[in-house]
Amino acid sequence: MKIEVTETHGVTLLMLANDRLDAHNSDLVKGRLRDVFESGAKDVVVDLSEVRFIDSSGLGAMVSGFKNAVSHHGRLVLSGLQTQPRSMFDLTRLTRVFDIYENAEAALGSFAGQ
Amino acid sequence: MAPSRGSERSTGADMGENSIELDIRVPNQTRYLSLIGRIGEDLARELEKEGGRRETLARHLNTVLTEAMTNAIVHAHDGDPEKTVHISISMADDELCIRVFDQGQGFDLNAVSMPDFDRLEEHGRGIYIIRCLMDTVVYRRLREHNVLEMHKKLRRS
Repeated sequence: MKIEVTETHGVTLLMLANDRLDAHNSDLVKGRLRDVFESGAKDVVVDLSEVRFIDSSGLGAMVSGFKNAVSHHGRLVLSGLQTQPRSMFDLTRLTRVFDIYENAEAALGSFAGQ
Repeated sequence: MAPSRGSERSTGADMGENSIELDIRVPNQTRYLSLIGRIGEDLARELEKEGGRRETLARHLNTVLTEAMTNAIVHAHDGDPEKTVHISISMADDELCIRVFDQGQGFDLNAVSMPDFDRLEEHGRGIYIIRCLMDTVVYRRLREHNVLEMHKKLRRS
């Protein structure tokens, strides 16, 4: 799994460049998110626009990141959910937990003026 | 034209014209999740029934196979890469059946409760997801192995 990390105006964007986020690579993503918060990030966008498929382990990695954000007094938001990922967040009621944006630009913009 | 029936029939099961049976064995490694998920998707796309719901079924099969296989790899087999996961997928007229076999200790499926949506847990959504997407889910402990057996009725378009 390739993960591109960029920072714009203090907001960290993680772009998951893989078509699946499942039990095979979820620990890697979880670890990367933990590293990002431990190295000082507070506000993070995880862009899932390339992820066509997510399983419960992938959801778990997002939940772990969300908890990291809370404990670092920051925010973790998501962007670019395709059909299957969207339905998985719906099914597990995680749409109530995460702020989900259409694309990375909108997600980054949500932090402006905070 | 009637399909030829003869030496091609590898099992004793009475297979109809539109029946498909797949029996797959892969090493107990999560890198094979995507292969099995893709097989599920492709199989759904072969269906004449389901019509416009075919793509939805394809996503569901990918999801269910991935969750059930992860359960066997990570929980039942404790991630042991030397073990093997056996998956069987059969599709008869109106019914789809997926079986995922494991050689672990087994677990009590009835004791797996709904996730608590008010508590943000990292784990515990896999079985719930399978139950949402399939009609029936049972787990049997047999003498030589255990099997997670999942059925779904297919609808006409």
